[in-house]
Amino acid sequence: MSEKFVRTPKLNTLFRLQFEHAQQCYVLLFPEGMIKLNPSAAEILTCIDGKKTDAEICELLRENFPDAPEDLEEDVREFLTHAEEKRWILYDA
Amino acid sequence: MTPNNTTSTSITPPLWLLAEITYQCPLHCPYCSNPVNMEETFNELSTSDWERVLTQAREMGAVQLGFSGGEPLLRRDLEHLVAYARNLGFYTNLITSGIGMTEKRIAKLKKAGLDHIQLSFQSANAEVNDLIGNKRHSFEQKLKIAKLVKQYEYPMVLNFCITAQNIHEIEEVMALSTQLNADFVELATVQYYGWAYENRDHLLPTKAQLQHAESAVNRYRDAQSGGPKFIFVTPDYYEDRPKACMNGWGTTFLTVTPDGSALPCHSAKILPLTFPNVKNSSLRDIWHEDFSFNHFRGDNWMQSPCKGCNEKSKDFGGCRCQAYMLTGDMYKTDPVCSKSPDHHMMKSITDKAGSKASTALKYRYVERGIDIAVVDS
Ligand code: SF4
Ligand code: SF4
Repeated sequence: MSEKFVRTPKLNTLFRLQFEHAQQCYVLLFPEGMIKLNPSAAEILTCIDGKKTDAEICELLRENFPDAPEDLEEDVREFLTHAEEKRWILYDA
Repeated sequence: MTPNNTTSTSITPPLWLLAEITYQCPLHCPYCSNPVNMEETFNELSTSDWERVLTQAREMGAVQLGFSGGEPLLRRDLEHLVAYARNLGFYTNLITSGIGMTEKRIAKLKKAGLDHIQLSFQSANAEVNDLIGNKRHSFEQKLKIAKLVKQYEYPMVLNFCITAQNIHEIEEVMALSTQLNADFVELATVQYYGWAYENRDHLLPTKAQLQHAESAVNRYRDAQSGGPKFIFVTPDYYEDRPKACMNGWGTTFLTVTPDGSALPCHSAKILPLTFPNVKNSSLRDIWHEDFSFNHFRGDNWMQSPCKGCNEKSKDFGGCRCQAYMLTGDMYKTDPVCSKSPDHHMMKSITDKAGSKASTALKYRYVERGIDIAVVDS
């Protein structure tokens, strides 16, 4: 596992994550805007609490979804990279 | 019966609620988007009216809420309404000039759950800023508030209204925004509604000025590593296609004005339609059943060239208010579109940009006006 994978992500305070009943999905809310999240993105983001490392998040998801395909870790890693680029999440330097 | 066969079930929820809680404002910007005729100013909705509106909008699926005006800080119940809205699950945006804000209030609003503050500037230059807003020392106040917004850990959006009077300082504007640590910066060339329509010949930049500003923004962006995200909004007067007004009439946006009028866009009151009031009907009835909201939904209302146009799902024929203001007919194609038979109007307007306007510049509330010749040279 790469060194990068033991880092701890936290949600960028610019964004607020919440479930929207009217849309039946999680959304990220930010100044005057909204991003609808697909179910797997939502599962990952709701695990982020500023304490768990990337690896711990994967473990947790593996526990919650025992039937998930083998490359779950890879998907999570890919999503977290994407989320970091989008500034939804931050890592301490 | 609706004029265009839109069935109730195909109507999408109003995700965005703009709550214009008061038209009163300590500033007098000559490009204010508030109606020129503000006679409703003194008949404001009560706190409990707003509570009802917020509850109903949230039930319908609204999630973004803008507290706007005028200057929303002038309502004493702002903190209460923010807390109420936040409790319902809204993402709460405060759109303010910063005038009237204090550290005590910023702390109270934080506690109430306010999510974001958008602060408007009239210029990056103190003197010009105070002249455009027609209030002394407002620039100093804005700087102070910008620092407090960050100190209290709000996301901060700065909004600079760009006009012929300040477009040449766009680099200073970007430097100031970076220094103030803004998250997003709207460099918004004024759109010509409300007071800005009256003052258009003073405010409209020339095409050369716009191009110059745009390349300055691009240069600044290229050299940036981190820092604010800059959004440059150009006026559609120089375009060949109109903007997709409000993402489609009655699809996403709902504005409620200080006196309780419900509008599909904040400018729509100028149209020869009767709009409903939240004092008399529920938001659900207004959104789904009201004649005015159904009137421009879909495309059955269109005339040619929009009617047969293969781009109509992209821009919905443009802005109804603009079509009405410029041609006197709200059903016409927005003259910004090069396919519109009225498109030549745009050239005769933009050709005048940069030359001296024939009428005096009007401040919001004319009687308080001071001579703007100093910044209008
Ligand atoms: S003709 Fe109408 S629908 Fe077509 S591009 Fe122009 S404004 Fe849009
Ligand atoms: S109808 Fe026109 S003024 Fe109103 S929002 Fe649309 S674009 Fe704007």
